[in-house]
Amino acid sequence: MSVNASYSGIRTQSFLRQLWRRLWTIRGYLSQKEFLLFAAVGMLVPFAAWWFLANSGIMDKVFLPSPMDVLLRIYHWFEDDDLVGDAWISIYRVTVGFLLSAVLAVPLGIMIGTYRPIQAIFEPLTDFIRYMPAVAFIPLVMLWVGIDEGSKIAIIWIGTFFQMVLMVAEDVRRVPMAQIEAAQTMGAGDEEIVSLVIFQSAKPALLDTLRITMGWAWTYLVVAEMVAANSGLGYAILKAQRFLQTDKIFAGIILIGLIGLIMDQLFRLAHRKSFPWLYKK
Amino acid sequence: MDNKIQINAAGKVFSTDRQDVVALQDVNLSIGANEFITFVGASGCGKSTLLRCIGGLETLSGGEIRVNDRVVDGPGVDRAMVFQNYSLYPWLSVVDNIKFSRRLKVNREGATSSEVEVASGRADALLSLMGLAHVSKAYPNQLSGGMQQRVAIARALLPKPEILLMDEPFGALDAQTREVMHDLILHLFNLEKTTIVFVTHDVEEAIYLGQRVVLMAPRPGRIDTIYEVPLPDKRDQEMKLSPEFIALKKQILSRIRETSGMHTNQDLLERMTRQAEDSVSI
Ligand SMILES: Nc1ncnc2c1ncn2[C@@H]1O[C@H](COP(=O)(O)OP(=O)(O)O)[C@@H](O)[C@H]1O
Ligand SMILES: [Mg+2]
Repeated sequence: MSVNASYSGIRTQSFLRQLWRRLWTIRGYLSQKEFLLFAAVGMLVPFAAWWFLANSGIMDKVFLPSPMDVLLRIYHWFEDDDLVGDAWISIYRVTVGFLLSAVLAVPLGIMIGTYRPIQAIFEPLTDFIRYMPAVAFIPLVMLWVGIDEGSKIAIIWIGTFFQMVLMVAEDVRRVPMAQIEAAQTMGAGDEEIVSLVIFQSAKPALLDTLRITMGWAWTYLVVAEMVAANSGLGYAILKAQRFLQTDKIFAGIILIGLIGLIMDQLFRLAHRKSFPWLYKK
Repeated sequence: MDNKIQINAAGKVFSTDRQDVVALQDVNLSIGANEFITFVGASGCGKSTLLRCIGGLETLSGGEIRVNDRVVDGPGVDRAMVFQNYSLYPWLSVVDNIKFSRRLKVNREGATSSEVEVASGRADALLSLMGLAHVSKAYPNQLSGGMQQRVAIARALLPKPEILLMDEPFGALDAQTREVMHDLILHLFNLEKTTIVFVTHDVEEAIYLGQRVVLMAPRPGRIDTIYEVPLPDKRDQEMKLSPEFIALKKQILSRIRETSGMHTNQDLLERMTRQAEDSVSI
């Protein structure tokens, strides 16, 4: 072994050691390429494992369809069946239920976070109802509202509204007192403080709250559709189970996940566009 | 000197569920028009409370504060306030922060278009006076701490307040930036002819800026001594090294130590040093 070769060997070794140390630094730094590499590993390994397990014959297709089966199923669902219709009705229910929650929760939450008596009146009750499982309300909702669209929307509303009120109130309470007092010393009235300071200051946090509760709305939608519907993605999943179409169950779950992901990304995009001061440094 | 602010037997008690804190007790003071008065004292002696009572953000439990001979019963546009930090609006650009008060009803109602124009010109003037013209479109979080406080001061000055109340406005700045801000605020004081009430815990700052320094003492919060500053009205940094300045600084510092009831326990220090030495020798 020549002197040179062993020298470069040592160099490589120390380079690897440095790289290793840099990657595993607490709150360390990762370049964009490195991030994508690790992200790809995190996505591909489970996918490959699924693919391998499904195609190896270890597990019955009835229990574990392969990725290809699921893709084909989505295609047929789209071509021969009413995928768009199913997705559309689900999106519609989520959106209406969610909007009904937001329209009521945002003003109420702002008032709770601003005025102490309103907090004292509403917060304990809201806190209590929040711990009642929304799903357990389904029989009651069916009794009161019936089994049409209203019941699905009502369940989404029950699942998101009370959480949203408390989160909005908390967002509003986080507005620094100095911002409010500065406005008071400049002669702002209460109405102006709420609309020009508190609401403006809390807006980014409010949009995040809406984004998070949107995710929960999807969970309640699927539950509602499995129990009390004859359309929608949740209902499609339930029906697939009856016919042992495991690939369609997979397809439904993945589609719901995808739609949720897209909505989440749209919220994030809106955040970046609406609040440029948070992203400029 | 005409009286701008008159404080008569002012008292303030904070009642919490556990105990009552006497933040101010029998405070009496006259502050003249176009006076620069500073307040120092150990933390918790009621400096902020007094300033907030003048500003109308806090109500007295006893006595009264008069501004232009009218009893204070809430905030008013005649008194502007500058806080230590977090008071700027991060969603507004620098210039919009400064112009914020113009969006409020109190300033819009009855304002003629020529008045609005003057105000707009004033915003520009303040921007360049404060050295902010080149960042007028930036957001506050893009600026350094010193620049942010300049924005806060400009915003407070925009509606031409008669009184400027400042609560440790430079407390979060580094020493160099603070010196620059001192000379800037003195310059503004000469230009704007406002009355400035300035709270700080930094004795040097209090002497350098103030025509009078009010020393407050804690438990209960009260005025202890009022010092006239033996320096000419036109200040410069060199004066900090003058014998008068240093003598006054010594006097105030030792008085703060006496009133705060905090003294280093010399015995305890020595005992700890001995123990440390012993453990090393073992
Ligand atoms: N909102 C409040 N509630 C209860 N106690 C308070 C409140 N504000 C101030 N205090 C008390 O009043 C005293 C004076 O406080 P402050 O005016 O902030 O002192 P300083 O500004 O001189 O440090 C302190 O003991 C403080 O704990
Ligand atoms: Mg204070």
